[in-house]
Amino acid sequence: MSLRARLAFLSAARPGRLSLGRRAVIALPLVWLALFFLLPFALVLKISLSEAAISVPPYAPLAEYVDGTLQVFLDLGNYLFVLGDSLYAAAYWGSVKTAFLATLACLLLGYPMAWAMARARPRAQLVLLLLVMLPSWTSFLIRIYAWMGILSNSGLANQLLLGLGLIDAPLRLLNTRFAVIVGIVYAYLPFMVLPLYAHLNRLDMTLWEAASDLGSRRFNTFMTVTLPLSAGGIVAGCLLVFIPAVGEFVIPELLGGPDTLMIGKVLWDEFFLNRDWPVAAALATIMLGLLVIPLMLFHRHQSRELAS
Amino acid sequence: MRRLPSFSGAALALGLVFLYLPMAVLVAYSFNVSSLVTVWAGFSTKWYGELFRDEQILAAVWTSFKVAFFAAGMAVCLGTPAALAMTRFGRFRGRTMLASMVTAPLVMPEVITGLSLLLLFVQMAALTGWPADRGMVTIWIAHTTFCSAYVAVVVAARLREVDRSIEEAAMDLGSPPAKTFFTVTLPIISPALIAGWLLAFTLSLDDLVVASFVSGPGANTLPMVVFSSVRLGVSPKINALATLIILAVSLATLVAWYLMRRGEKKRRAGLVRTGD
Repeated sequence: MSLRARLAFLSAARPGRLSLGRRAVIALPLVWLALFFLLPFALVLKISLSEAAISVPPYAPLAEYVDGTLQVFLDLGNYLFVLGDSLYAAAYWGSVKTAFLATLACLLLGYPMAWAMARARPRAQLVLLLLVMLPSWTSFLIRIYAWMGILSNSGLANQLLLGLGLIDAPLRLLNTRFAVIVGIVYAYLPFMVLPLYAHLNRLDMTLWEAASDLGSRRFNTFMTVTLPLSAGGIVAGCLLVFIPAVGEFVIPELLGGPDTLMIGKVLWDEFFLNRDWPVAAALATIMLGLLVIPLMLFHRHQSRELAS
Repeated sequence: MRRLPSFSGAALALGLVFLYLPMAVLVAYSFNVSSLVTVWAGFSTKWYGELFRDEQILAAVWTSFKVAFFAAGMAVCLGTPAALAMTRFGRFRGRTMLASMVTAPLVMPEVITGLSLLLLFVQMAALTGWPADRGMVTIWIAHTTFCSAYVAVVVAARLREVDRSIEEAAMDLGSPPAKTFFTVTLPIISPALIAGWLLAFTLSLDDLVVASFVSGPGANTLPMVVFSSVRLGVSPKINALATLIILAVSLATLVAWYLMRRGEKKRRAGLVRTGD
């Protein structure tokens, strides 16, 4: 071992001390993410506490020197306004309900899909994986747009139902919660299937055979063997669907209606239409508060995956 | 040949039909004569002609490609060191913070990311005078930030599979860590870097919400133009655009799949030859 390598090795082996090179490797992403991911949240919090004003940017400063003394204005008015208005409460509740139902639908459809993929022949697995992932590489917006045409009153879904004689008059499908849920399931299904497949694929199939050899019935084996062993995949898949779905903007905007209020769309309107930045920031802060537990669950799960 | 389990096999078939039918419908209606998207009136390619005469869409395509190209490049430069730190450096101070900042953008609702970055840029402009105008550069920074998280996850997955004894052998033979990384580790993980770059590129091309928040007048990406047209209703020109996007992605996937299979065959042939 050369002297230089030995020195590098020694300094790296000592706990808590990192070589200059290693520190640079860590600092590059750490500084970027701290500046452009962490710091912005502090600013959201700050602006949510200030008052809206007719100025550029449209909010009042938090602290000001008046007659030589520093005065700090903390305004909880935005939070009181958001929490006091039943419209916002309805939007938060609508988001959570819609995201929950869509996540459940994704799981019910995605689990058997992932199971079938994990049980297919290895070469077929690669093709099936590609087939599931391919749609998520095409434009998200365009895939949601496709459903606008299908679900409209004269769209394919209604034409099909009318043609089959199941209904007499076109159903109102577009601009309903049903349409929003279909959209979320459609857009996020691959994010449910992939982690489930990754877990089910690693599963030792002999366990399954052992259970059936010992006389366990298929449903019983599934409930006592398969399901617990794939719990990690279920958690990852559900969080990957649920968290972004709560803040979804595009899907409720294009497929939803006036009675399917979701908080992401409300925040967007508050920001772009009403130009009330402090209220938009307060809405975002409360949304983050709502998502803290699922976000922490996801982080814990993900860092365990990264470490293993 | 193993038979697929009946219930889950049916669910898989149903799921795939669910995933592909809407796109097939879009492609079919892009060749429709009628401007009413739900009524079939005969075959025509006129919407493709109109698409290529739309200056606004063409300019937006160019903007989107430029931003995606540079954002993906920067995301690889940031995501790779992050992945290296997470998988190779053991415990160090700031590890938890780095880990949370790498995983959080994967699921963070886009409206929150977009709003918080815009507020940052406004504050920076007020304090330092930069960025005076929001546009390509601010979109590039925003996209780099969330894309590097995806790159880090893809690269970390590959780094964990790499046989560390090769790296240790190089170090034992006197190669300093940086040289070991560039001459031994980097070539081994290069497929993951390419995969991460491609993922970041498609994520950046696809983003509407974050770009809408952080862009200023004059910098419209393709999703922003498509969105403002789509929200007014269904338009056959967008069907033509959708068909071209689906075609491009399918072709790219086929090429990638072919190259992967050829690489695999070559590798296997090499193994057979050395085995002789």
